Amino acid sequence: MDFTDLKNISASVRKEILSMLYKAGSGHPGGSLSAVELLVDLYNNHMNFNKDNWQDKNRDYFVLSKGHVCPVLYAVLSQIGCFPKEELDTLRKIGSRLQGHPAKDKKLPGIEISTGSLGYGLSIGVGIAKGMKTLNQNNRVYVLMGDGEQQEGSIWEAVMAAPHFKLDNLCAIIDCNGLQIDGKVEDVLNINPIADKYKAFGWNVIEIDGHNLKEIDAAYAQAKTVKGVPTVIVAKTVKGKGVSFMENVYGWHGKAPNKEQLEKALKEIDESLK
Amino acid sequence: MVKVLGNKATRFGFGEGLVELGKKDNKIFVLGADTVSSVAINEFQNNFPDRFANVGIAETNLLGMAAGLAVAGFTPFVSTYGVFASGRPWEQIRTTICYSNLNVKIGGSHSGLMVGPDGATHQALEEIAIMRCLPNMTVLVPCDVVETKKATMSAAYYDGPVYIRYGRESIPVITEESTPFEIGKAVKMRDGKDVCIAACGSMVYEALVAAEILEKEGIKARVLNIHTIKPIDEQAIISAAKDCGAIVTAEEHQIYGGFGSAVSEVVVKSCPVPMEFVAVNDTFGESGSPADLMVKYGLKDINIVNAVKKVLKRK
Repeated sequence: MDFTDLKNISASVRKEILSMLYKAGSGHPGGSLSAVELLVDLYNNHMNFNKDNWQDKNRDYFVLSKGHVCPVLYAVLSQIGCFPKEELDTLRKIGSRLQGHPAKDKKLPGIEISTGSLGYGLSIGVGIAKGMKTLNQNNRVYVLMGDGEQQEGSIWEAVMAAPHFKLDNLCAIIDCNGLQIDGKVEDVLNINPIADKYKAFGWNVIEIDGHNLKEIDAAYAQAKTVKGVPTVIVAKTVKGKGVSFMENVYGWHGKAPNKEQLEKALKEIDESLK
Repeated sequence: MVKVLGNKATRFGFGEGLVELGKKDNKIFVLGADTVSSVAINEFQNNFPDRFANVGIAETNLLGMAAGLAVAGFTPFVSTYGVFASGRPWEQIRTTICYSNLNVKIGGSHSGLMVGPDGATHQALEEIAIMRCLPNMTVLVPCDVVETKKATMSAAYYDGPVYIRYGRESIPVITEESTPFEIGKAVKMRDGKDVCIAACGSMVYEALVAAEILEKEGIKARVLNIHTIKPIDEQAIISAAKDCGAIVTAEEHQIYGGFGSAVSEVVVKSCPVPMEFVAVNDTFGESGSPADLMVKYGLKDINIVNAVKKVLKRK
């Protein structure tokens, strides 16, 4: 898929995220909007994932370690045709398959495992990747983490394990939007230099602009060519990307827009495409 | 005399069960955390190195990787000391494994006071409580090495997460290959109608010895080996309450929230009768020989006998 199409899809995914959060009345817009391009390119151009047979044994796996940004995942899964767009309106409502954090037991196509407690996803990805190696299968495993999430100690157990087991089928992505609930990541508990830390642990590290589709696409492609070590894509992003009043404002980590804010945001996104 | 067929640590039953499983099922994957030999999973490692991983001293990754392997279609078994298999990664077990109802089997070795000289840090006394409260979790506490092997092999084909609690020290072998074992079904080791002693793990042997002592005093005790704490055999407990009119529970575990609590939940709901609890009385252990510790903390046959006499006064 070319970059013009991906750009248009990214815009519509942003609109779906904001609309579903407005209808839900709660949720996490900031980190959902920062990860849009990362997921749009991944699902449309790189993952081996068949919407009509999503549990195919040859599929690539995706684990959303920062589970609170599930609106972006739900929007992308719906965009590729896993389930009807209308179901996005059920987000966070009783009986919905679209839980506030991804839930395996609700059987939504594309949700491999329940996530949402930060710091767990990378270990899960290491386990799946180890499993694929054991089966001599070539499935790739993708794990999206947040930058604040790097503060969790359990992440570092997994960071140590992945190169040890030579998991070159594992690609981690860190959405570095620089903000967490209490403020700037560097003020709450600095994680930098994050790229150097992963390098020191033996990872192939690719640093990119996480909203530049060409850079994202090249990073996923390069990761596939690396042998013997896992890859981490350190993606510099903007929290709340695409909505002027949400960008770089940590107050939008976990708050839904009201009607007026939604309309303003949707208009801005439409105008950005002109 | 209680029929004792040998003396062996239950951890070897877990290890032997895994090797047998590994021979016939290539979906069995075993993960260790630097305690591979001491929890007896080294034989599996030697036989099936491709389906084994040592993750080092990193228990949250141990359970996280096991979850990933289950997603990938394997039936992963993890094992390390019970404190570190259940407590440290508790939230991974809850949110990643139980919430997703994954086929992860957790072997909690070195349970109870009988870990001995290592002291309280390594004496797992809380796992039954913190595992049985988790939705989708099955909790097994086998009574000897033979039953531990059966529990391990049954767990592999029992849907969802399973916690198997076993120990480091040699304890009497009191069951045979032919003794029935089915997850969720208590085993009546001895019948009687005056009182029921419901026990799990190492305390089943103590319960049998206690029943012999009591018989000499004219008290006929039923002994139930309740190896499955969850889902618990409600019918066996209700029958015991109705037939015997008094129950004593015995476990090598903290008194609050564990096996005795699980039995009492059934009793008070369906057939209230007087109960007494033989367990570690809301305290940490300490260094010492296993035998000395079991005496000091009140986990011997005589403690069960005394509890029976106490409960019978209230019958």
